Amino acid sequence: MYQIIHKKALNPTVVEMKVSAPLIAKRAEPGQFVILRVDEGGERIPLTIADYDRDAGSVTIIFQTVGATTMKLAAKAPGDFIVDFVGPLGRPTATDGLSRVAVIGGGVGCAIAYPVAKKLHELGAVVHSVVGFRNRELVILEDEFRRVSDEFYLMSDDGSAGEHGLVTDALRRLLDAGERYDEVIAIGPLPMMKFVCKLTKEYNVKTVVSMNPIMIDGTGMCGCCRLTVGGKMKFACVDGPDFDGHEVDFDEAMSRGSMYREFEARAREHACNLLKTEAD
Amino acid sequence: MPNMSPKMNEMPTLSPEERSKCFSEVALGYTESAALDEAARCLHCKNPPCVTGCPVNIRIPDFIARLRENDYDGAYSVISESSSLPAVCGRVCPQETQCESKCVRGIKGDAVGIGRLERFVADRHNETHPGESANKEKNGHRVAIVGSGPSGLACAGDLARMGYDVTVFEALHTAGGVLVYGIPEFRLPKSIVRVEIGNLEAMGVKFETDMVIGRILSVDDLFEKGFEAVFIGTGAGLPKFMNIPGENYSGVYSANEFLTRVNLMGAFREDADTPIMRVQRVAVVGGGNVAMDAARCALRLGAQEVSIVYRRGEEELPARREEIEHAKEEGITFRLLTNPVAVLGDDKRAVRALKCVKMTLGEPDASGRRRPVEIDGSEYELPVDCVIMALGTSPNPLIKDTTEGLDTERWGGIVTDGDGKTSREGVFAGGDAVTGAATVILAMGAGKTAAKAIDAYIKSK
Repeated sequence: MYQIIHKKALNPTVVEMKVSAPLIAKRAEPGQFVILRVDEGGERIPLTIADYDRDAGSVTIIFQTVGATTMKLAAKAPGDFIVDFVGPLGRPTATDGLSRVAVIGGGVGCAIAYPVAKKLHELGAVVHSVVGFRNRELVILEDEFRRVSDEFYLMSDDGSAGEHGLVTDALRRLLDAGERYDEVIAIGPLPMMKFVCKLTKEYNVKTVVSMNPIMIDGTGMCGCCRLTVGGKMKFACVDGPDFDGHEVDFDEAMSRGSMYREFEARAREHACNLLKTEAD
Repeated sequence: MPNMSPKMNEMPTLSPEERSKCFSEVALGYTESAALDEAARCLHCKNPPCVTGCPVNIRIPDFIARLRENDYDGAYSVISESSSLPAVCGRVCPQETQCESKCVRGIKGDAVGIGRLERFVADRHNETHPGESANKEKNGHRVAIVGSGPSGLACAGDLARMGYDVTVFEALHTAGGVLVYGIPEFRLPKSIVRVEIGNLEAMGVKFETDMVIGRILSVDDLFEKGFEAVFIGTGAGLPKFMNIPGENYSGVYSANEFLTRVNLMGAFREDADTPIMRVQRVAVVGGGNVAMDAARCALRLGAQEVSIVYRRGEEELPARREEIEHAKEEGITFRLLTNPVAVLGDDKRAVRALKCVKMTLGEPDASGRRRPVEIDGSEYELPVDCVIMALGTSPNPLIKDTTEGLDTERWGGIVTDGDGKTSREGVFAGGDAVTGAATVILAMGAGKTAAKAIDAYIKSK
């Protein structure tokens, strides 16, 4: 059992939680993830580690309430327990030798992009951050990003926060203005990562993406998280989750990601009703 | 006088109609009278060949003799001397190619039903002595076991009996390894595994789940924490794929994924949180026990048509005869001498068919089996909405990659001497992590052998 020691709503659908897991906190690095189960009988879901405090023995996760499991998780309060919390899994994001980096975050993906930006900043790299959200209400981690970025661009789909437009608009402008990066690191929804990669390919800038496919065990056993990268089969859980974005077959990843959409919709409905009943 | 009937007492089973719709255990077990009748068929050979056919050399005629005298506890203790998981092995051991294949009664008629008798004795024991502990004084030495599958459980049990303070680390949220994620409920009820694990806990073995050794702690960390020896029983969990086009379409599963969703995560239950695709026409590629398990699970989930697609012939099917028979009775179609060449998808990248080619058997290959050869122009499409790849597994590289000085074979197996000793001092290994995918009983035997070697190693320090 793992205790939730802190909980904060970052926006109406995104929750930040700190979970007491001293052994994981001791080992965790940016880019790695955990697999958790909320309760007995619950499903196993992967969540990328947003932060960790080695002294306090806590691991921070930031998640969007999109399905039944994240809804159940969001309903937990500080002091409550979840049954399983496994990690740190996957390979850490490679930051060695990077001196100029553009970090691109989309939506809740910013929760994973932020620790990477922070680590690069601490290592002395020049960090340009471009983050995008649908609207003002959904913006998360703005101050945090500003603190660790040499340049910061906030984009929104409707123009209610920062600039009106997509992250690719800002990135294209930077590249057109002659900015050169050792690497672009893009973390967000699959379509965003796909279009960032399409853009950076034109400018021939190496781009790393963090993939978040459906997983069960997270140790290489089930093969559910397999992707095609450079024409070869890769498992996100053990070979990733970071990959060379120019090699990833995003269309395949999107279709695999939607395999259980109907089931998920039903489960979400069911969880909604259950949580409503509990609240009554 | 022995019972000279040439026939083995039948094992009662659920009817194919009944069982193909549920996950209840298929084989129901002997009644007491059937067990006693079967036990009377044993001739109690002076030099019993059955014992040599058993990978862990259970004193078979001795346990059967006790059984005949209604001394069920005595029979159980004879088996326990050699086996840590009698209720499991009585169900999943391929007895027909091991002990029973050597039985003298098998020369004229059926062998003695040794596996069925073992199961009877174990079930009887678990019903009458739940969670009994053999409290043994601890010797103060700590041993870590990595992986809670058959080899790890066997190693843990033997070490605990010798007085060691044993901790088992398991990556998943439930202990049991392949016994819980792989073998389906209808072949090995999970309650049986829980009883076996409960017995170990009663003996003082500690289980730590959610612990991926190689990530949260390394093998070196375990030594630093005060463990004097480490046993690696991490199995062979990495699924193989065919590398044919379309293998990543939605609707293509590895058998590991499919079985894990069904068995470990309980996806067959209507109220399960873990989803599984409710498919109608399924092709399972492969001919081993795992392929049979996956096919029979798919059927139980409501599929209308389930096929085994295997590139060699009936004779070459590596699965146990009993499993093949059960699968056939339940209505699984066997498409033999058939090899998939591509998975075909629709515009949504979901599986719509498996493109296959017919094969014929040529000259024997390195494995001694006749090599399947494609028949030109025999390609055809098998319409399916799900494909399950059951092509075998290889060892997980996580421990190898994070443990310096641990020698492995090119294909990933950990190198050991005959007793489970690895190239690293104090590190032992056994089971599928060493041999590649094999049987529960071989893994269990390797765990027991390593327990002896660990005992000798710690005593010699």
